[in-house]
Amino acid sequence: MARVVTRQHKVIATIAAWLVAFLIFFPILYTIITSLKTEPEAIAGFSLIPSGTFENYITVQTRNDYIRPFMNSVILAVGSTILALIIAIPAAWAMAFSPTKRTKDVLMWMLSTKMMPAVAVLVPIYLMFRDFGLLDTHIGLTVMLTLINLPIVVWMLYTYFREIPGEILEAARMDGAGLWQEIVYVLTPMAVPGIASTLLLNIILAWNESFWTIRLTTTTAAPLTAFIASFSSPQGLFWAKLSAASTMAIAPILILGWFSQKQLVRGLTFGAVK
Amino acid sequence: MGSITLNKVSKSFGEAKVIPSIDLEIVDGEFVVFVGPSGCGKSTLLRLIAGLEDVSGGKIMIDGKDVTDNAPAQRGLAMVFQSYALYPHMSVRNNIAFPLKMAKVDKAAIDQKVTDAARVLNLTDYLERRPSQLSGGQRQRVAIGRAIVREPSAFLFDEPLSNLDAALRGTMRLEITQLHHQLKTTMVYVTHDQVEAMTMADKIVVLNRGNIEQVGSPLDLYSRPRNIFVAGFIGSPKMNLIEDDYARSKGAKTVGIRPEHFTLSRDSGLWSGTVKVAEHLGSDTFLHLDVDGIGHINARCDGEFGARHGDRIFLTPNETKLHRFNEQGLAI
Ligand SMILES: Nc1ncnc2c1ncn2[C@@H]1O[C@H](COP(=O)(O)OP(=O)(O)OP(=O)(O)O)[C@@H](O)[C@H]1O
Ligand SMILES: [Mg+2]
Repeated sequence: MARVVTRQHKVIATIAAWLVAFLIFFPILYTIITSLKTEPEAIAGFSLIPSGTFENYITVQTRNDYIRPFMNSVILAVGSTILALIIAIPAAWAMAFSPTKRTKDVLMWMLSTKMMPAVAVLVPIYLMFRDFGLLDTHIGLTVMLTLINLPIVVWMLYTYFREIPGEILEAARMDGAGLWQEIVYVLTPMAVPGIASTLLLNIILAWNESFWTIRLTTTTAAPLTAFIASFSSPQGLFWAKLSAASTMAIAPILILGWFSQKQLVRGLTFGAVK
Repeated sequence: MGSITLNKVSKSFGEAKVIPSIDLEIVDGEFVVFVGPSGCGKSTLLRLIAGLEDVSGGKIMIDGKDVTDNAPAQRGLAMVFQSYALYPHMSVRNNIAFPLKMAKVDKAAIDQKVTDAARVLNLTDYLERRPSQLSGGQRQRVAIGRAIVREPSAFLFDEPLSNLDAALRGTMRLEITQLHHQLKTTMVYVTHDQVEAMTMADKIVVLNRGNIEQVGSPLDLYSRPRNIFVAGFIGSPKMNLIEDDYARSKGAKTVGIRPEHFTLSRDSGLWSGTVKVAEHLGSDTFLHLDVDGIGHINARCDGEFGARHGDRIFLTPNETKLHRFNEQGLAI
């Protein structure tokens, strides 16, 4: 009897999980479907069956070059992620392995900056960017993306590093490893999964960031988010083309996410410590 | 060689003085066990010897050489941790080889030593596995293998068996004892398991709040505890400590009687009491008694003693085996 109940629960839970996953994925799916419709079809109302035209993709590509914003997205996402890791790894390292009484407060303070609405600092930041000549530059936007994601990167790395049991590092010390050997042969290999997951997540966050990328760029440094936005304003709305542009913008990151999903969910401890 | 000398060693963590001042002599080849209640500073003392913590005062000598300011690696000791602390990303082979690689031993010699260690520890079939693919006992053997390949001058163990189940603990206990007979290397072993302490040690060091209460051979501590603390700590079930009239009649503040030092009878005896709980182990019987005018008493007798909850029985303490303690808790 108990068995049957658990089985039922399992089935229900599985169905629920699929349902939630589908709900979350549906907007993306509908975007892709819409991108395959003609403009009249797109505004005609809800329908899941497109006429299957690729015309929108061609129009989007001819009207507005895709390659350049794509390259900008890559530069900004990868650049800001590497910069963030360079700053965050030593920071998280210090906080995880030699914490002080204030470590927790510093972490909370860093996170609290994420609770502030971005619009609140839009004007000062815009003015600063303008005065320093950073508007629509790769360097300016890379720094901006680094700064907004840094708290999350530090937090993630800190939690990963804290999972590394201190006794393993002590064992290495007993085994004759110097500080450098300890870092190279023991610490880093154990931290790599954590660093990799952080790197991937941050690339995704930076790729999708749209508040600052749209407001601080025009053309030279404009990434795919700005590319999508450019289809929504001056000439009125073109749902199908907008959808095609969106699909093209999210495709790379969806593919990256798909291939790295194992890495993204992978934990840190492999069973060295019981 | 592996003699270790502690000279007025003390340790504080900030304000907290965990170890006030300890003098201790560990002779080369000895199996020394540190026991004591949780939080008394056993691990801290071991880590001071290992060099994983810096002393706040005093000196540590290994083989007559002052190593107080030396890094762990320079002390020539090996440590086995309670959590095993294996390198999760390395195979068993590489785990065991790691200290040799750090010591820049050449490849052929490493292979030879790893093979030998694996044979001694029954790990030959597991050399290519990761630690996560091993059972608890196997993991602990890898940790021991990693320690023995370096041929250290002494081994330090911090509760190495406490994560294992009872049966495996028994087997591993024997294995470590045999290893000690084979290698004849100094071993310092922290535990709070009575059986481990009594069976493995050449010398037991009883610690309490960072102080040494007594040092001696297991049977020494068992039959001649220096004070009430040691009397109560060594031996399981615990020694009965009796105060008041009976103690005064023996000219002491407190009298200690081990559970096995009673003669039990159904008909007659010095004291009478009611059985609260009877534990029948087959080989022994443990009785928890409520003795008239005395209070709670643990008694133990060999073989089966057919008493049940609520039975009235008589018991007589063996007067020649009494332990007497004065007002300060010291043995008289
Ligand atoms: N790094 C540290 N910082 C501050 N206090 C510490 C530190 N390490 C240990 N202590 C304190 O020192 C005391 C002794 O700790 P220790 O770990 O040596 O005890 P133990 O005898 O090994 O106990 P157990 O049997 O529970 O392992 C404890 O009160 C502990 O709280
Ligand atoms: Mg301990």
